[in-house]
Parts: sequence; C-alpha cells; structure tokens
Amino acid sequence: MSVLDVKRLVEADRVHRAVYTDPAIFDLEMERLFGRAWLLVGHESQIPGAGDFFTTRMGREPVVVTRHPDGGVHMLVNRCVHRGARVCEAARGTSRVLTCPYHGWSYATDGALVSVPFPDGYQGTPAPGLARVPRVASYRGFLFGSLAVEGPSLDEFLGPLRESFDDFVERAPAGALEVAGGVLKHLYRGNWKLVWENLNDGVHPAFVHASSIWAAREQPHVPGSYAEIALRQMLQNGASPEVWERTGIWVMPYGHSYMGDYHDDSRLVPGLNHPAFAEYRAALARRLGDEGATRVLSELRWNSIVYPSSSFMSQFRQLRILHPLAVDRTVIHAYTLRLKGAPEVMFRDTIAFANVVNGTGSPVLTDDLEIYERIQQALTSASTEWIHLGRGLDGDVPDRAGMRRGGTGTSEIYIRNQLAAWVEYMSRES
Amino acid sequence: MATRTRRPSPARAAVTAQVERVLLREAALLDEGRLDEWLALYTDDATYWVPLERGQADPSSTVSLIHDDRALLEVRVRQFKHPRAHARTPMPRTVHQIGNVEVLEDDGRHLRVASTLVMVEFRSERQRVWGARVEHRLRREGLGLRIAAKRVDLVNSESELEGIVALF
Repeated sequence: MSVLDVKRLVEADRVHRAVYTDPAIFDLEMERLFGRAWLLVGHESQIPGAGDFFTTRMGREPVVVTRHPDGGVHMLVNRCVHRGARVCEAARGTSRVLTCPYHGWSYATDGALVSVPFPDGYQGTPAPGLARVPRVASYRGFLFGSLAVEGPSLDEFLGPLRESFDDFVERAPAGALEVAGGVLKHLYRGNWKLVWENLNDGVHPAFVHASSIWAAREQPHVPGSYAEIALRQMLQNGASPEVWERTGIWVMPYGHSYMGDYHDDSRLVPGLNHPAFAEYRAALARRLGDEGATRVLSELRWNSIVYPSSSFMSQFRQLRILHPLAVDRTVIHAYTLRLKGAPEVMFRDTIAFANVVNGTGSPVLTDDLEIYERIQQALTSASTEWIHLGRGLDGDVPDRAGMRRGGTGTSEIYIRNQLAAWVEYMSRES
Repeated sequence: MATRTRRPSPARAAVTAQVERVLLREAALLDEGRLDEWLALYTDDATYWVPLERGQADPSSTVSLIHDDRALLEVRVRQFKHPRAHARTPMPRTVHQIGNVEVLEDDGRHLRVASTLVMVEFRSERQRVWGARVEHRLRREGLGLRIAAKRVDLVNSESELEGIVALF
C-alpha cells in the first residue's frame, strides 16, 4: 500500500470501505497507528503495591504492566526473550519475579533477566531482559504507553482532552480514582473504528435503540429503585432530535473528541435530591470549596474519546479500552471506577449504569453490537465503494483551545476528525 | 441452613419431582419462545442474574453480564416484541438441557435448587453453546412453586463474549 493510496481513501465527506475491510490496511494500522499513538493501557490503581501486575495488549503486543519495588511503573512485552512463550499468564496478580513457564527464565518486575536455570549450555543470553514499551507516561493516574521510540509527548498528544481527565479526577472528593468492580469484555465481528464512530452519534439512538426505548417507556417507574438508572438511560436514548442538536461535539488534534452539554445528573440519577448526593457534594466542597464543587458538578461531559484506544465518561465513572484483534474483529474491555471519598451508594450507581451500557447482555449494548456486525458484513459489497460522512460538514466551527466544534450536536465532525488523524498516522512512513 | 439428607423419603422425592417439573417447564417455555408465560413463572420481586465473575458474591459492587430486577426483566421480555429489536429479530432458537437437579435447601417457604444447563443457541447463521451452573430460589405459593431468583454462572462468563440476547 503506497502512501498515496492511503491518502486517497479519505476525502472531506467520505471514506473508502477498504479502511474497514482490507486486512492489509489493518496490518498497516497496527504498525503506524497503534504502533505509534499513545495508547491508554490502564490506571495506576490496578497496580498499587510493589510486585503488582496486570496483563493486557497494545495493538498486537502482549504487554504486562508492573509496579517495581522502587515505585516505578514498567510496561513490558509479555514474551520471553528465549523461545517466545508468554511469561505472565494471569490477568492480574502480585509477584516478586515473572517466571517463564517454558524453561524457567525469570525476570524482575522492571523486566531485567535475573535468573536462567540450567545455564551452562546457553551461549550467553539474547537480551538483558524483556523488551520494553519504549515510552511510558501517565496523566492524572491514567497509564499510557507508546510503542514508538519517538513522538509527541503525552501532554501534547492529549492536548485539550486533558480537561476531560481533569473533570473525571476532580469529581472524586479525595482527588483520586480507583478501578474496581470487574471488567466486562465484549467482542464484535467488526472493524475497531465502528465503535468510535458510534459513541458520540446522536442520531443513531432513536433508531438503533428504538426497541429498548419503547420497552422502557412502557415500564412503570419506581423512583429510587435499582431499575431506575437503567430505565432512565434507555429513555435518554429516546430524547427528541432538538435535544441531540443542542448537545456539543468538540474535536481536537490526534483524533480525540468529546460530547458535552448533554447529560446531567438531575436527568439521569435519582441523584440530585438523594441524601447521598448531598453528602457527596459536601465532601467535594471540603476539598474544593463550595464554588469549586459547583464548578466541577456543572461540567456535563459525556463520552470522551482518546483516539484510537479508549473512551471514558466521568458522570457514571466508566472507562473503555479497545483492542483491535483483526480487520473484522474487536474487543472492548469496560472498566468501572470508584470516586475515592464518595459515598458507597454512588459506586452502586456506577455498577448499575455499567450493567446497562456495557453489560454483555444489555438491552442497549447488544443492539449497537448487532449494527456494527451488519455494517461489517455489508461493507463487503463493492457496488458502492464509499461511506458518506457529510452530516454537518459546512457547520464545523473553530472553538477555544485549538478545538473545533460541530455546528450542531449531530455533526459527523468527530468521525471526519478521527479519519484526518488516521490519514496523518497512516501516511507517515517513519 | 437446612441440613442435607441422603436418606430417601417419599416426601423428598415428591418435592424433587415438583422442582424438576418447574425447571423443565421453564426450559420448554424458553425454547418455544413463550416469554410472557416464562415471565409469569417469576415472582413480582424476582431477580435474574448472570454474574461476571466466578463466585461473585454481590451484584451491586461488581458488574454483571445481566442483573435484572423484575422491572428490567419485564423490559427485557417486552423488547423482543418491538419490530425493530435488531439484535432480537428473529429471536434466537434455543434448546435448554437441564440436568443434575438437586434441592440444596428447603426451609418450608423457599427451596434453593442447583442444576446444570447446556444451552444451544442459533441465530443469524451462528450457533453458540453455553454451559452453566444454575441456582434457582423457588417460593411456595399455594400448591405451586414460583421463581424468586435465578442465578446463572456461565462457565465462560469471564471471557471475551459477543452480545447475549438469548435467555438462559
């Protein structure tokens, strides 16, 4: 695939179907996009103590993320330098050393090869330790890695999206978040981009989620019941076109975007009048002052997308990390986070919300997954080569902090912005 | 906790037979797509739970593949009737195979019943096989039994799973 070819696949208001279906494009994405961009890998609370680790993937690289006894975080390629076996098998755990199951080679939690049993026959060792993810950085407790030796700093990469992370962390009365509550992992047979093109799409809910909207409307509501959070979320999908048009969609360099001016706790949670919410607000005010608490709680961001690896949502403390498996196969790991210092009932709300938006059996999510698969199947058609992305094209406007904004909330500006970043990564040879 | 007894007794055999009839009827209603009648087997305060984690103790502090109270279970069943229920039209065809039924506890009002489930599901050119350990909490109402809680522990609950629309 020549550079020229990649550039020709994306135009101002359309994208070629090969971007979603061609295995050669996928291979190039693993090298030039997932192999270069800062990928959100996890959160520091997953490895609080010395020797703690968790395993994950970065593009095609199997990765183990560790906490070394000196407190440092290391991202190591989870592949023995000897014969290539995966060293660390558990999803998470604590260990002083990581020992390969094949011939017993052991590595310290900073990756250094510390022990080779039965050493006499080896003519030296092939490497001083596990291969390392070349660049590791964190922002507000979120851990990022880049498989490229050189590239923009994490701060430059995130740009104005740092505000979304700030919003998330500032909502915690203790000023910190904690991953808790299990990891939902859903798989779909479609290209990885489809999920990022759907999350902030305000037109699809009325159609994709018509059945759950209707089913929730027919259901008597009992304020304060467990079902209430799920029912409200289903109903919110049925908001009028005027509501969706009034939402804000902001985009920025490197393909990131967020939806704002949309949900607020009063619409979503039995929350604002709930005694626990008053307790939460008071705890927040103790750290930030009354004005600070008001400022934090009046920020109404919905999904922020950290292109190409992640999305998160502060109001219900959700984090998704995407793993592309093949051109037509993607898995999303969905995490819930606890606001440290907040009343426990708020974490129960987080769980209830996760079950309805990320539960593998969710009445909402399952319809999204179905549509991703139908898109993937229909894109095999060569009768129409292009996918149209022109909604709101003439309305995009510059906004503060170097961002741009859709003229209305349903502009497809965020997809055009993702694909502009895609072309940038994909057309650069080194 | 009620004590388990291995001593055969006609009364105990009758209870086991009654429990098995409820479980087999539930399976038949699901396999025939008679979801309103299936829902009628459940009490008004019923829960239907498919945990994420093996041995998950609590549905409110850990996420679940499915955790429905009665209201959400009604929504789940109603959703199948909508003409644009994309992931549910057509409905999955299933066969529920119930086995290893054992009454674990009987306190007079409620019975705790363990069973195993093998379910074959077909929809949209795709066949999936599910295996689960199931626990029912059955409540005596009049002469019959209704389902007050059902917990389905899938053997692969913690794996990367495609969307779940069939009912276990």
